[in-house]
Amino acid sequence: MSELPPIFLNWFAKRGWTARAHQLAVLEHAVAGRSALLISPTGGGKTLAGFLPSLVELSEPHERVGIHTLYISPLKALAVDIARNLEAPVNEMGLKISIETRTGDTPHSRRKRQRENPPDILITTPEQVSLLIADPGAAHMLRHLKAIILDELHSMVTSKRGVLLSLALSAVGTFAPTARRIGLSATVADPDALRGWLAPSGEPPVPLVLGTAGAKPIIHILKSEERVPWSGHSTLYAIPDIYAAIGQARMTLIFVNTRSQAEMAFQSLWEINEENLPIALHHGSLDVTQRRKVEEAMAAGKLRAVVCTSTLDLGIDWGDVDLVIHLGAPKGSSRLLQRIGRSNHRLDSPSEALLVPSNRFEVLECEAALQAASENAQDTEYPAVLKLDVLAQHVLGRACGGAFDAGELYAEVTRAWTYRNLTREDFDRVVDYVATGGYALKAYEKYAKLKRQADGKWRLSHPLLAQQYRLNMGTIVEAEMLKVRIASVKRRLGRRVVTGGRSLGELEEWFLSQLSLGDTFLFSGEVLRFEGLDEFGALASRAFGVDPKIPSYQGGRFPLSTYLATRVREILGAPAKWKTLPQQVRDWLSAQRWKSLVPLSHQMLVETFPRAEKHYMVCYPFEGRLAQQTLGMLLTRRLERAGAQPLGFSASEYALVIWTVRDVSLMISTGRLSLQKLFDEDMLGDDLEAWLAESNLMKRTFRNAAIIAGLIERRWPGKEKTGRQVTVNSDLIYDVLRAHQPDHVLLRAAWDDAADGLIDVHRLGLLLKRIKGQIVHSALDAVSPLAVPVLLEIARESIYGEAHDALLAEAAGILIDEAMRLV
Amino acid sequence: MMPFSPKQPESLLMRRCGLSREHRISLGRLDFVPDLSGALYVPELQTLLVADLHLEKASNMARRGIHLPPYDTRASLAQLQAVLKATLPQQLIFLGDSFHDNDARERIDETDLATLRDMTQRYETIWITGNHDSKPPTDIGGRVVDEVMLGAIALRHEPKALGADEFEIAGHLHPGAGVSQRGRYIRCKCFIGNGTRIIMPAFGSFTGGLSVSAPPFARVFGEVDYHVWMLGERAIFKFPRKRVS
Repeated sequence: MSELPPIFLNWFAKRGWTARAHQLAVLEHAVAGRSALLISPTGGGKTLAGFLPSLVELSEPHERVGIHTLYISPLKALAVDIARNLEAPVNEMGLKISIETRTGDTPHSRRKRQRENPPDILITTPEQVSLLIADPGAAHMLRHLKAIILDELHSMVTSKRGVLLSLALSAVGTFAPTARRIGLSATVADPDALRGWLAPSGEPPVPLVLGTAGAKPIIHILKSEERVPWSGHSTLYAIPDIYAAIGQARMTLIFVNTRSQAEMAFQSLWEINEENLPIALHHGSLDVTQRRKVEEAMAAGKLRAVVCTSTLDLGIDWGDVDLVIHLGAPKGSSRLLQRIGRSNHRLDSPSEALLVPSNRFEVLECEAALQAASENAQDTEYPAVLKLDVLAQHVLGRACGGAFDAGELYAEVTRAWTYRNLTREDFDRVVDYVATGGYALKAYEKYAKLKRQADGKWRLSHPLLAQQYRLNMGTIVEAEMLKVRIASVKRRLGRRVVTGGRSLGELEEWFLSQLSLGDTFLFSGEVLRFEGLDEFGALASRAFGVDPKIPSYQGGRFPLSTYLATRVREILGAPAKWKTLPQQVRDWLSAQRWKSLVPLSHQMLVETFPRAEKHYMVCYPFEGRLAQQTLGMLLTRRLERAGAQPLGFSASEYALVIWTVRDVSLMISTGRLSLQKLFDEDMLGDDLEAWLAESNLMKRTFRNAAIIAGLIERRWPGKEKTGRQVTVNSDLIYDVLRAHQPDHVLLRAAWDDAADGLIDVHRLGLLLKRIKGQIVHSALDAVSPLAVPVLLEIARESIYGEAHDALLAEAAGILIDEAMRLV
Repeated sequence: MMPFSPKQPESLLMRRCGLSREHRISLGRLDFVPDLSGALYVPELQTLLVADLHLEKASNMARRGIHLPPYDTRASLAQLQAVLKATLPQQLIFLGDSFHDNDARERIDETDLATLRDMTQRYETIWITGNHDSKPPTDIGGRVVDEVMLGAIALRHEPKALGADEFEIAGHLHPGAGVSQRGRYIRCKCFIGNGTRIIMPAFGSFTGGLSVSAPPFARVFGEVDYHVWMLGERAIFKFPRKRVS
């Protein structure tokens, strides 16, 4: 074990602390010049473990010759926090170490100073590292770099953000080949993936250091006296119980999965808040100043409860939380464990949490999550790899830093673990895309962004492009948001005049655009009435005493994790395990066993029954809404071909229901329809391709890829004109590209994203493989108990196909006319 | 995996086109038949009207380093030819912004240029000038004018304030409209008409729609009622002003 220098030992001793074993283990690896991955639960002194080797090295008298340590965290707020926390030991030990932060908020003057006179430790975010290496001065700033600390690594590697970061790390490796990488992570199911991610490809995975496990959390599932709803996602039935729990705790964090749930829970709590407990609301759409206010009040201990979404997920220590309530099922055990970790941010005392299922299936899911959490079992989440759109962005960024040789850059890129399988051919296509758009029709040679020099290197054709890159870089593509402001409505000369006032926050443009004047919705904890749009955004007035038309946000809904899904199936398939479930849920499952059947955990149940002149087919894959929606699209196509005349489908997290004109039970019993064939894996071939090409989902994915790859510019609030001549709608680009160059690199990027994102083809593929030969069919006379929830959820997405014209026809009243016509 | 089959499905090459069987937009004692593609046909005069083609828009943006697919001109012309083939008009009138800028002629591809020349040979062509193409190319055939009358109706690029008994057909604004139905919001390009004027949708493959509730439309129509004819995927749908946003 490495010994700490006396000055550090004294500092620890003065606090009555001793350095923890994992902190010393990381130090030992660092001293030996090795990288390492530290996995440790929250509150284990993880961040200090990462910094300790750097502090020890920098405690020696040194000259400031460039950045010594680069610390990268996923959150801007975390960066500022960390800098503050680090100042304390540095000052107390009297170390001469300069620490600075660099985030999107850092003013230009400070960046410039950092370039000329770099600090010892630079605390920053992934995007800033990419910007750093796109700076011609990067080599100079980074030439003496010794260490890179990557905090909350588990949360970064699963997204395109992590992919971009890994490319940036590889580039940093070119400037400072000996710098060690210290990864800090919460507990994950598969540490080996992270160990591999940290090492340059071709080298062995970095060594693993494990922190001591914390006390086991105490988790309960709310046993309400009220009836647990059959379906839906509101936990309104349990609001009185939740209010009672808040009353008994010092400070409660109430997590929900979506912003609309947050709004709803917040409002319902205040409706019964007779004791006037200070309960606040916190979610990503709210105005920043409002959020900061809530955070400050929390840290100061002035609040009793905060209703929040994942905005409070990551490792920021806000104060003295002693209870975490989770509304709705947590959808994944890792997410649950991290959220529970918010309470009692100390290792030795157990965290306390209460799960509130919003419907009967969620009772099963909460039970599964509870079991998983008690075993500290994690979901397996794989690092994202090889994104062509991200690579395109990175290639442009590298060119901003100076001319590059394609062969050398290819070698550097493939040293990133995430791109170890990138072929030279694909790399060259991406470079071609960055240079001239990558089109078969070579129309843009004279407008190329990258040009070849005499020495064969690629250089940026115009310095303005570097400025464009800085504005457009990053991998987080938000839905287009509009500001919501309080409107004052006056009558002037008999006409309604609406003017805008204070901003309440931002909402998705698509949501606002479907509101009609006078529609009411819940936002920022208030019921608002939509008063129209002006050039700055949306206007709304306060509405009192009316039921809101609640916003249905797209964002913030997590799919059920594969791991929890498996556990739910296991609980369902083993009636012996039902005894821990609430009585009403047990009754429901028993009725299912009696009326239809309950599948074993490796089986998939398919039920068919008639109801109200239609025929229903319900299957229960438990694979999450996204994969099941895709399955629904594909199955309806197949049923159409088989002559079943499907009318529509609806997918929940657990089940999929399709309704048809023809009697599917009869088709199956007479052998005209085979379930095994219907669910055959070959649906992932032509059917998928044909559907996807026309799908709006594909267009959305394409837009994201096009923005990341820099084909279309991001829209910056306040900077855009009316937009008509300036931008081209990405749907139009998609259509033209699809027709004229279907193998374009961006279409490939979009396809790859859709496959593991919005349409979850990957998971669907695993499902189809799993249920091969394991489909059990139950033909019924009427709806089964298990099918009730999904039938109740039949709602807006239940329209077959995209149904564009059908909806227009309905809106125009044509369908009704046709239906009512006598002849 | 190959993202899509390399074969190009016929239907994808362009929007569907076809004259509406049921919709007529009346103006100044003439009947106009809207086409799914966004063109407008006048059977009585065998004239086809097309607004805002914005040819060479992509190559214009390429000059600023935005490399959109360089296939927009070809796609727009293919679409236009399909409409011409279906209607076989005597006269073809473009309502301005046919070219995205005055330099478009220098960038246009040889194949597309030949298509344009062939078109002006077959059909009597009038190019109305627009704010994007104050000087349309003169070497591709057809006549260039700032405005032209079609019976009692003025054809021009930008809508103007109209006096009593004046009629107008214009483009320029790229109208689009949206309808909410079953919690879904459907948006498409549209014609606007109110008995005194028609505003045509933009025809070009890289042109979109600006919401009819945006300020420029309020400046033209004020509080006056109108209808929109929305271009669906296979049919045209008519809605009153208050139903769309």
